[in-house]
Parts: sequence; structure tokens; C-alpha cells
Amino acid sequence: MSWIDLLPPFILASSLIPGVMIFLLPESRHDLRTTLNMASAVVKVVAVGMLLAVVAGGRTPEWRWPLVPGVELLLQADELSLLFVTLSAGLWLVTTVYAVAYLEGSPQRSRFFGFFSLCVSATVGIALAGNLFTFLFFYEILTITTYPLLVHRGTRRALAAGGRYLAYTLSGGALLLVGTAWLFALAGPVDFVPGGGAIDELSRTRPTELRLIFALLVGGLGVKAAIVPLHGWLPVAMIAPAPVSALLHAVAVVKAGVFGIVRVVYSVYGVEAAGELGVLPWLAAFATATILFGSLRALVQDNLKRRLAYSTVSQLSYITLGVALANPLAFTGAIVHLVHQGLMKITLFFCAGNLAETLEVHRVSEMRGVGRRMPWTMGAFTISALGMVGVPPVAGFVSKWYLGAGALQAGHGWVVAVLVVSGLLNAAYFLPILKTAWIDTPARPWPERPEGRRLETAWMLLFPTLVTALLSLLVGLLAAAPFSPLAWAHRIALTVFAP
Amino acid sequence: MLGPPELGWLVVAPVFGAVLAFLLRGRSWPLVVLFGSVTAATVGGLVPSIADLLRFGPLHYRVSGWGAPLGIELALDGLSAAFLLTTLVVVATATVYALGSLRPAANAPATPSAPISEGPQAGTFWPLWLLLWAGLNALFLSADLFNIYVALELVGLAGVALVATAGGLSALRAAIRYFFANGAASMVFLTGVALVYHAHGTLDLALLATRVAPGPTLSTALALMSAGLMLKAALFPLHPWLPTAHAVAPAPVSALLSALVVKAPVYLLLRLWLDSFRPLAGDPAFTLLGTLGALGMIWGSSQAIRSERLKTLVAYSTVAQVGLLLAAFPIVASAGTWIGIVFLAVGHALAKAAMFLASGGIAAAYGHDRIREMTGFGVRQPLCMYAFGIAGMSLVGIPGTAGFVGKWLLTTAGLSGPAAPWVAVVALSTLFTAGYVWRVLAVAVRSAPTPSGDLAVARLQSWPALLLALLTILLGVAPNLLGEIASVGIPSGPGGTMP
Repeated sequence: MSWIDLLPPFILASSLIPGVMIFLLPESRHDLRTTLNMASAVVKVVAVGMLLAVVAGGRTPEWRWPLVPGVELLLQADELSLLFVTLSAGLWLVTTVYAVAYLEGSPQRSRFFGFFSLCVSATVGIALAGNLFTFLFFYEILTITTYPLLVHRGTRRALAAGGRYLAYTLSGGALLLVGTAWLFALAGPVDFVPGGGAIDELSRTRPTELRLIFALLVGGLGVKAAIVPLHGWLPVAMIAPAPVSALLHAVAVVKAGVFGIVRVVYSVYGVEAAGELGVLPWLAAFATATILFGSLRALVQDNLKRRLAYSTVSQLSYITLGVALANPLAFTGAIVHLVHQGLMKITLFFCAGNLAETLEVHRVSEMRGVGRRMPWTMGAFTISALGMVGVPPVAGFVSKWYLGAGALQAGHGWVVAVLVVSGLLNAAYFLPILKTAWIDTPARPWPERPEGRRLETAWMLLFPTLVTALLSLLVGLLAAAPFSPLAWAHRIALTVFAP
Repeated sequence: MLGPPELGWLVVAPVFGAVLAFLLRGRSWPLVVLFGSVTAATVGGLVPSIADLLRFGPLHYRVSGWGAPLGIELALDGLSAAFLLTTLVVVATATVYALGSLRPAANAPATPSAPISEGPQAGTFWPLWLLLWAGLNALFLSADLFNIYVALELVGLAGVALVATAGGLSALRAAIRYFFANGAASMVFLTGVALVYHAHGTLDLALLATRVAPGPTLSTALALMSAGLMLKAALFPLHPWLPTAHAVAPAPVSALLSALVVKAPVYLLLRLWLDSFRPLAGDPAFTLLGTLGALGMIWGSSQAIRSERLKTLVAYSTVAQVGLLLAAFPIVASAGTWIGIVFLAVGHALAKAAMFLASGGIAAAYGHDRIREMTGFGVRQPLCMYAFGIAGMSLVGIPGTAGFVGKWLLTTAGLSGPAAPWVAVVALSTLFTAGYVWRVLAVAVRSAPTPSGDLAVARLQSWPALLLALLTILLGVAPNLLGEIASVGIPSGPGGTMP
């Protein structure tokens, strides 16, 4: 084992160990806690950068930890892991900055940041999981470590939302457990292989069982991926503090579900086996229903975070749909949307948090003329909202372009119609917000800035927002550059479709 | 293989200690020294024996050189070693807690009306405590049915008397109920044992295993012994004595009762049904056991979720978890892999002891254990909350805990054989357990009005609970620590060792 094989566990430990230390810190040690948080986030980003270089060089580091004979935890860094782990590490860093500012002065911060770190460790574990068992292991830990963040405020409503979240996700987890164990009983520990193929033989001899297992796995993952009708927890969960919502909607929880679906289809079953079993059209149908349903529901929400949440429901299924089309171009569009949607959605939630924290604005109807009071925040919001609609050159356009092109190539013209309708719906719920914010006149004068503050809000709130907004613009503009997410997604598509 | 004579220390040391404790009459420091010595002797007896076990396989030791059928013979295999280790850990930690409650807490509310001689302060507490320990060790080391009966009696009577030390009328009532249930169970069990002796002229389990042949006498004997054990294990519908007794007893006693005392009959059921009397136990019998177990799991959980009091909730959880253990019997019978049940049982022992100690700490701080009135206890007693939470996660079966290892092993074993329906019970138990654990945690994190007055829990009462909870994590991350020991000499089924 060389040092590069220790990188994956190191990346996991770089937030796990500080997380445990943070739990032990007394509430009053703010500076030490912030230092620990920031240091671990930076260390993680650096380590992920090194891993990126290693994997770009064509190597696949792996680290195994035997649990019981025959079952082992496997951390493995292939191209697809790197896509997700880079997204998590990067967005965790900006969200940490944001969260430190957002929670300033609130109680129980040791608990919050402790679980915050554990949550990211679990996400990284999911990204680096090298077999289905390891994936399940971290997936369930993520479920649990997110709960205290969701209910951090401890209000009745927060607890009700938390209860609903647990009921949905633990049920999903039980399905996933049975599916994973069943596959394990049939085929042993199926390690993730780009393009799948390990169970081709089984899919011919025992197709019914494999279809059932697929339904169990995707049913379990679909809860976090918010596929209709399993999405009920997500809009309620927006009760969480803004940085939690941001992380939850962009990387941590929902992406874990979607990433899992990508893994099941492309690293376990493989396109061929999944195609022969005839499971993908079903997945596509559910994804399509979710895209349209989410957009329609978003139209009628006045609460800003709720509208964003329904938008997430819809946008996530772009990824699922692209996965289900089983076409290289659509696949590229799908997994690049994993990154693009993350960048845009985290920006939108940061903006919502800025508005709430600075001006106590929570509803779309309260946003009249807010653009003049907080131009930077609303600027960032505008970029990301336009990206969600699919206006070039922002990130969202690139994903949709590839999805559409892939659908046409695969002979699924109807997908383009879905994309167009959904794009129109996106415009219908995002553009009125922009109009309200920039053009309408405020109902009452906005509260003045505190003495001596030059920015529209605390810099630690504004800076992360601008960074992610800029990134969602840049990944679209520079999509053709050699190290853009799109280029990396191409690379993954090559490993999957032309092994 | 002949075992080392140190094995005997496991029984002799606590009995001898009980006599000394009787003479000491509850004085604090001498008790600490006494328990240090007894624990040291137990460790000194167990560790070399387990080392031998790992090297040579199952051990026998004839007390003073007299073997079966006349003398007392001790036996140690992987299964008994796992339970002996668990007993050692749970008793030692609970003892620390009990010794800690000898010292009045600095901030304890002055309640002059409370009688001084309650629980650990009572003079009879410590001798009984040590006798219970001796009985448990003797039971797990016994290799013939008569010794088992004697040990079972010792454990039962010490348990009844310890419940009564809680003082007050309700404790007395609960203890009397427990006494009758326990006595009836012993009678029935003994009748079964007598029938076995009548049929085969021996009670040695190893000899019986070679001689047993299906027939009406032995079937009746097995049914009677099982009925007695089921009553002692509080298997639904024979459970009504348990919730009152376990809820009313002093916290460390509840910990021992729920973690170990109800586990002893489950251990014996495992031995009888899956080893010595395996040829007698047909599929319908296993189906009956499993059905009762499943009903118990559902009933116990649904009562737990409705409990008004914390300790009652934890006690009903024991009914549910014993049910789950029994519901796993059909899986074990068809797959032959015991090890899953061992992890489930050991995990439950550690977790349940942690929960009772944590509940005791919280109750001691509040002066009551009404769940409604302890809103926000997580802020005031974070260690107790984390202990309860982690233990709860192990019961739920979240990855990274002992409970998950057990559930995973049972699920994979069940799905590769004809026991698949029972896997559904195991998966469902996740949700049922999560229901009542969540209820407590939601109260813990609920924001409460600013705490009035200090409600800190004494360190000796919160750390033992947390330590036990952390041990479930240790077993979840490095299960081989237990697995290697527990699978030595586990009677061979189709897959007698770990999968």
C-alpha cells in the first residue's frame, strides 16, 4: 500500500476527527472551534486536490477495512467519486464560512458544528464508497447526523419536520438495507466498476430477483433523491437554518440519493444489464413526473425557501432522468448537473439566508425592491436563477443542452419536450422573483445598515454567496476548458460507456 | 481441551465478595476496594481462558477433578465467552454508577423524607449485586442442565430482591409480581429438566447432544423448559411482569436486569434449540418462536412509544428487543449462522445498560422521569443525551454500531436461505425502534425555557452510560474483536462459523 491509498481515509478523517473534538469543546470556545472548523475544511480541500491529481494520472487509490469476514469497508477513488468528493469538499469550505457567520451568537454551537463535521464526513464516505455495502454504511450515518442539524432550532415545527424526515429516510434506509443484503447474498460484495458488469451473469439467470433488488435499491435511494411520491420530507425540511438547507439541497442529503442511483445503474448493474432487465424506462417515467410535479408545485409557493425546495425536487430528477436514458451524452449532462445544480442551488439558499438574516425577509411577496437594498445578494440570486431556467452561459444551460442532445441521440424526442416545458415553468417561478426584487418599489423603507458597515450584510455571509455565484457562471462559461466539471464528466462517460 | 483453573474464579470471586460485602454494610471506600478486587479476579480468570479458547478451541474444567455426571463441570466456548465478556463490562460499568450514587450529589435536592436505605444505599444491595454477578457467570459457564437450573434460580432471586431494594410500595408490588413469574418459570423449567433426566439419565448438554432422539417425552421436556425460559425472558405474551419491575428498580439494577438477566434465558434457548436439542426442534416450532418474537417486537415498541415515563419506555424496549432476538431464531435455524444473534444480543446488552444508566442520571437530576417534563434535557445533560442517542442508534441498527452488524449478518443470512420473511421483521424493527428512540431525542433537543438552577448529572453517573454506548460503536467499527471470540466452537450448522 502506498501513500496514495491512504488519501481516501485521510479525507474522511479530516472532518471526522475535528468533528469529535468539536463535540468535546465547551460552548464558550468560539475561536478555537472556528479555527478547527476552517482548518479541517481547508485540509480536506487540499487533500482532495491531491487525490484529484492522482486520479487524473490514471490511478485508483483504494483502502480496505475488514469488518466481518467477507464484508469490508472499501474506500476507493475513481473518476465518479472524485466528481462528488470535490463538490462536497469545496462547498463544505464555503458553507463553513457561511455557517460560522450565520450562527453567530446562537446557542448549542458545539453540537451544531460537531454534527456538521460528521455530516460532511458521511457525505465524503458516500462519495468514496467502493462497494454497495460501504455506500449503505455511510448513507445511513448521513441520515442520522443530518437530523440534529435539521432540528437545531428545537422549535415545535422544526421537530415535526425532523420527525417526518426520519420517517421517510429511515424507511428508505430499510429498503436499501434489504436490497443491498439481498444482492450481497446472491452475488457477494459487488465492488463498484465503471460500467458495471459484475452481475451480468445473474441478470440472465435470475432476472426477477434482480428487478426486485433494483426496485428496493432505487426505492430506498429515491427517498433522498426526492422522487415523487417519496419527496414529502424535502419541502418541510426547509425549516432548518440556512447553511443546513444550503448544504442539504446542494450536496449532502439529496445528492447522496441521486449519486446512489448513478452508482446502482452504472457501477453495479451496468447499462447493458439494466437495459436487458427493462428497469430504466420506469426510472425515466418517475423522473419525468417528478420534474413536472416539482416545477408546478414551486409555482404556487410564497415562502422563498419552500419555492426553492420544490425547485430542488424538480432539478434533482434531471439527473435521474439523464441516468435513466442510458446514453453517453445524456449521462454526461446528468452527472455534470450534479455539480452545476449544487453550485446554483447553494447560491440560491445562501441568498435566501442573507435576506432572512439581514432584512427578516422570508416570503417572495416581501421581496419588493430588495434588489436596491442588497444588490450583491440579489445579483448572485439572479445569476443562479437564470442558470436554473437554463439561460446561457450559466451552468444550467450546459447540463440541459447535453441532456437534450443525448435524448435526441437515443431517440427519446419526448424528453426535449419535457425539458422545454420544465424550462418554461422554471422561468414562471423564478422570473417573477427577479421582477419583484429589482423592479417593484419597496412597501416600506428597508432597515438601515448598522453604523460602520460598508457591505450590505456581514462579509462572511456575502463572500461565500458571491463565490458560488461566480463559480456557477464560470463552470458554464469555461465548460470547454480542460479541467471544467464538463470535461471531467466526459471523462467519466468514457470510462462508463467505452470500457 | 482442559481449561485453566482460573475459570472458577469467575464464580468464586463474586460469591466470596458477596460475603465480604455483607460484612461491610454499604460503606463506601471498602466497597470500592472490594469491587476492584472482584473485577480484577474476574478479568484474571477470563482473559487467560479466552486466550486458551482462541488457541485450542472450547474448554472444559472439572471442579476439583470430578467430571460429569457427578461433579461440577465448567465449559467455555465462543458463545459463553461472548456473554461472559459482556457481563463483565456491563456489571463493572454499572457498579461504577452504583458506587457513584452512594455519594449524595452536591446539587441534589434536599429531600429529607426520602429514606436513606434505597438502592445502593441499602445494606442488602451489595451482597445481592455480587450474587447476581456470580449467578450470571455460573450460568454462562455451566455445561449441564442442573447447574443451569441452580444458576438461573440464583440470578432470578437476586434480581427480585434487588428490585425490592428500590423501596416503597410500588417497588414491593413489582418485586412480588416478578417473584411469582420467576418462581413459576423455574418450576416449569425444572419439570422439563426432570423429564430429560428420566429419559436419558444425564443432564450434561454435550452428552445429551449425542443421545437426543425425537420422542414424546423429550419433546414435552423441551417444550416445558422453553416455556419456563420464555417466561423468564419476558417473551410476548409472557412479558407483563417485566415493564413494572425494570421501570421501578434502581437504575443500575434495571441496567443489569434488562441487559443481562433477560439475556440469560435467551442464551439458554439458543443452546437448547440450536445445539443440544436441535434434532427435536422442527420448523413449526421455530415458526412459533419467531411469530411470538415478531409480535413481541411490535407490541413492546408500540407500548414504548406511548410510555409516559422514560424508564418504562426503556423497559418496554426490552420486551421489543427480546422479541426481535427470538424472531431471528428461524433465520439462525435455517442458515446456521449464530453470530448475527450474538451481535444483536451483545449490542442490546450494552445499549440497554447505557440507556438505563442515562435515564437514571436524567431522572436523578430532575427528581422524576416523566418524559413530558424533561423538555430540553439535552442542553443540561448532554452526556446522558449522547449516551442515550448512541445506544438508541445501535438498537435501531445504524451502521457503525453493534446493532447494525447483527442486523446485517441476519439479513444476509436470511436472504440466502428460506427464512426471507423473517428478514422483513428484522428490517421493520428498525422503524419501530426508531419511533421510540426518536421520541426521547426529540424531547432532548426541544428548546426549553432558560434552565432554572443547575441540573448537572454527577460524572460517575453520566460517563459509565456514555462508555457503554461508545462500546457499541467500537463493536460496530471493529466487530472482529467480538466475532473472532464468539465464533469459536459455535455448534456447526450449515455455516456454523462466520459467513
